[in-house]
Amino acid sequence: MTIPSIFRPTAALLAALVFMITGCRKDDPKPIFEGPFLPANFPKPAYDLSQNPVTEAGFALGKKLFYDPILSRDNTISCGSCHISYAAFTHPDHPVSHGIDDLLGRRNALPIQNVLWRTSFFWDGGVPHLDFVPLNAIQSPVEMDEDPGRILQKLRAHPQYPALFKAAFGSEEINTARFLQALSQFMVMLVSANSRYDRYVRNEPGGVLTADELEGLNLFRQKCASCHATDLFTDQSFRNNGLDKSFYFDQGRFEVSALPQDEGKFAVPSLRNVASTSPYMHDGRFKRLEQVLDHYASGVQESPTLDPLLRQPDGKLGIPLTADEKRKIIAFLGTLTDEGFLRDKRFAE
Amino acid sequence: MKKYLFGIFISALLVAGLASCKKDKGEEDLTGFNDVEIEFENRAGNKPLVFGVEYENALGEVMKFSTFNYYVSNFVLIKNDGSEFIVPKDSCYFLCKHEDPKTRKVKIRNVPAGDYKAIRFIIGVDSLKSVSPASERLGVLDPADGAKGMYWNWNAGYIFVKAEGTSPQAPVDPGVNDRIFQYHIGLFGGYSSPTLNNIKTVTLELHHGEVAKVRRNGGPHFHIYVDILEMFTRPNNISVAANPKVHAGPFSKNLADNYADMFILDHVHNP
Repeated sequence: MTIPSIFRPTAALLAALVFMITGCRKDDPKPIFEGPFLPANFPKPAYDLSQNPVTEAGFALGKKLFYDPILSRDNTISCGSCHISYAAFTHPDHPVSHGIDDLLGRRNALPIQNVLWRTSFFWDGGVPHLDFVPLNAIQSPVEMDEDPGRILQKLRAHPQYPALFKAAFGSEEINTARFLQALSQFMVMLVSANSRYDRYVRNEPGGVLTADELEGLNLFRQKCASCHATDLFTDQSFRNNGLDKSFYFDQGRFEVSALPQDEGKFAVPSLRNVASTSPYMHDGRFKRLEQVLDHYASGVQESPTLDPLLRQPDGKLGIPLTADEKRKIIAFLGTLTDEGFLRDKRFAE
Repeated sequence: MKKYLFGIFISALLVAGLASCKKDKGEEDLTGFNDVEIEFENRAGNKPLVFGVEYENALGEVMKFSTFNYYVSNFVLIKNDGSEFIVPKDSCYFLCKHEDPKTRKVKIRNVPAGDYKAIRFIIGVDSLKSVSPASERLGVLDPADGAKGMYWNWNAGYIFVKAEGTSPQAPVDPGVNDRIFQYHIGLFGGYSSPTLNNIKTVTLELHHGEVAKVRRNGGPHFHIYVDILEMFTRPNNISVAANPKVHAGPFSKNLADNYADMFILDHVHNP
């Protein structure tokens, strides 16, 4: 039987509609929750996930806590206030952040990405386990200035949290371990490993670098990768990179290790998403990557703990870099931007 | 004659007593387990420590204490034959607080029966525990609960020994408008990167060949003196005037070297 021509467009429309609906249905079931992405080009994680397995409910609870100002003394500052997802969880344009009562900190907010692989946290490495990272910001008098015991009381009295803790941990009990574990479950999910560079090293579609970027990568490997090592782009050591001659204002790692050889040393930061995490250095003194490379090329200052890698055989300080080399290295650093991570709705407030 | 008979009677009793003692020893049951109790008695020199009372340090400065807390952990009991009973990790951390006497009576459970000649423990919290996940920081190790006031968030680790108070020789602290001193000593040596290590190991041996007896029907009670003034002398005399506040800096080593020998075994009661 033929369909009268007058109905034909309707039939086609109907068919299209049915197709769309079934098509929608197909996509509709919620995707199965997967734990953190473990990229092939990364080393073994430092965080023991078996001690705190990431679940959908745990991640959701962690995310709610991360963005909830209830964690601060006067309920005004959340973790997300200074760690903003589209800037790789840094505080864009803030050399140092303003916390509670608009008080200023002393150091630039570090990104929260790939923390699953980190062996120590903060610019001085003062916290050796991810679970205890939030306590630092919570108790800091210039950040959240809150007593963790009081946070637990606030959460217990909250209309939603007891049920969320039950969904995540099996009962409504809210204690320090569960509170910290939920935050860790959110933070370990923040994996950035899908930049163009990653696709290039994993031979994946879209992994194409331009000639300049490739030259920049080679220069980077020669001149930068001894500290910004592995595909985490940090060897996680503490080094004095010659920013200052003396360290009266900030003694760096020495303040937590009490070892004289650590004076003026700070953690080597990862360079992932570096084009989106301005300003740079522990005090956020440089706004642009050009200034960072200028520092290494010609701004390195002498001091007793200056990193030996910044002393050239002829006694000059820093890393020899021509203008062209700087430009290519910066071009390469741009390939470390992971747009998918920066715009991931699962992570954004 | 009566006296003579009485003497024989006494001797017989003594022999019987000795014999029965020997018999007991031979048949002594060294199977099973029991608890060992360790009591820490805080002292200031040769006097019991009382908060608010004036004591003098080695430099003649007057100290009045208001806080005295310390972690003791990783207990090991050493048998006469040299073998060791290592207290399991899940029950070897204790926080003793002067203001709370029950925290100064520590119980080690399920110690195998035997004769013990020494006890060993550390002052502080070991590095492995100091970098362990939140799931393993319960009770006295919970930073928001049991360890409150004994945990540094910015240099994540425990304060091993905390002594606070006032001294007329200390400078006025403008924050509290009082002449206070604060000694918060920690630092576990770091894990992936080294830090100063103020953990001290204490070994206390029983005197004159005595033993602490753990038996199926009872356990021993160790009575340990903890002399707060030892924190301020031997090998380093600490001046309240010159160093009223010591926290996580390099100077803390001086106090750690001092407190290493503030624990003294006074006596052991056997069951």
